[in-house]
Amino acid sequence: MTTFEKIQEIIVDQLDKEESEVQRSTNFREELEADSLDLFQIINDIEDEFDIKIESEEGLTTVDDLVKYVETQLEA
Amino acid sequence: METKTIIVTGSSRGIGKAIASHFLKLGHNVVVNGRKELPSDLLDYFNSFEGTAYPITGDISEPGFAKQLIKETKKQFKKIDVLVNNAGITRDNLIIRMSDEEFDSTLNINLKGTFYTTKEVAKVMLKQRSGHIINLSSVVGVVGNVGQSNYAASKAGVIGLTKSIAKELAPRGVMVNAIAPGFIESDMTESLTDEVKEKALESVPLKRLGKAEEVAEMVHFISTQSYITGQVFHVDGGMVMNG
Repeated sequence: MTTFEKIQEIIVDQLDKEESEVQRSTNFREELEADSLDLFQIINDIEDEFDIKIESEEGLTTVDDLVKYVETQLEA
Repeated sequence: METKTIIVTGSSRGIGKAIASHFLKLGHNVVVNGRKELPSDLLDYFNSFEGTAYPITGDISEPGFAKQLIKETKKQFKKIDVLVNNAGITRDNLIIRMSDEEFDSTLNINLKGTFYTTKEVAKVMLKQRSGHIINLSSVVGVVGNVGQSNYAASKAGVIGLTKSIAKELAPRGVMVNAIAPGFIESDMTESLTDEVKEKALESVPLKRLGKAEEVAEMVHFISTQSYITGQVFHVDGGMVMNG
């Protein structure tokens, strides 16, 4: 499973969406109608899944932002 | 009736034991907890009721324990309907005599322990989009008491924590409330002299000590509600009026 696929699975589960609705370019707030609580829950699950720390949700607008952030953390 | 899952921290005696027993009598699943392994006669007592008592031993002031408590409960019962943050201690002393250790240990269990368990259960309840968190405060946290500055600070802190988290979790239907018991019959009040008891009762309009079961009834009442959050319920025979 790629990083994107794992993150996609978490978002689908957390927001009760279809996989097709969650693509790399998908915007959390506008397209998935996620509020800040949703985002924090997704971030929490990602932290547990990848064993990393996401300090702030700032700048995480799309799924791609999140995937890139996690990949950078994993490389560090 | 739907079988619910309830976690009661600090359920080896007093109010916690009464709360656990109350829900067990109603046939619910209750996770019972103590810092030390619960004695077998207490477990036998819990198991004499219709519900299932499931012990998880550990100290809620240990940062890692809350995670284990919530994870194990979730694994065992699939969902968590109610968390009752009851575990607490007193380390009384006058402020000029109070040590850092007395202050910190009281805050660590009563306030920080509540923070740790609430943080972990909130993740589960947000996902469920349901749940009740019920925190045990005290009349002392509202009106103060001589020799209990540490305890009062921790219990006032619990009220602030309750109201803030109630606002944070409300969008997902998770309700957070506090109960502020007054003078409740317990091992502690049992050991007081008649003179001390009489003096204490002067501040209780209903002129008697409360029963742990009366606090348990309030916990049960709150757990059945769907439109009450961020509140502090006084179970104190009217004591808070004489603040």
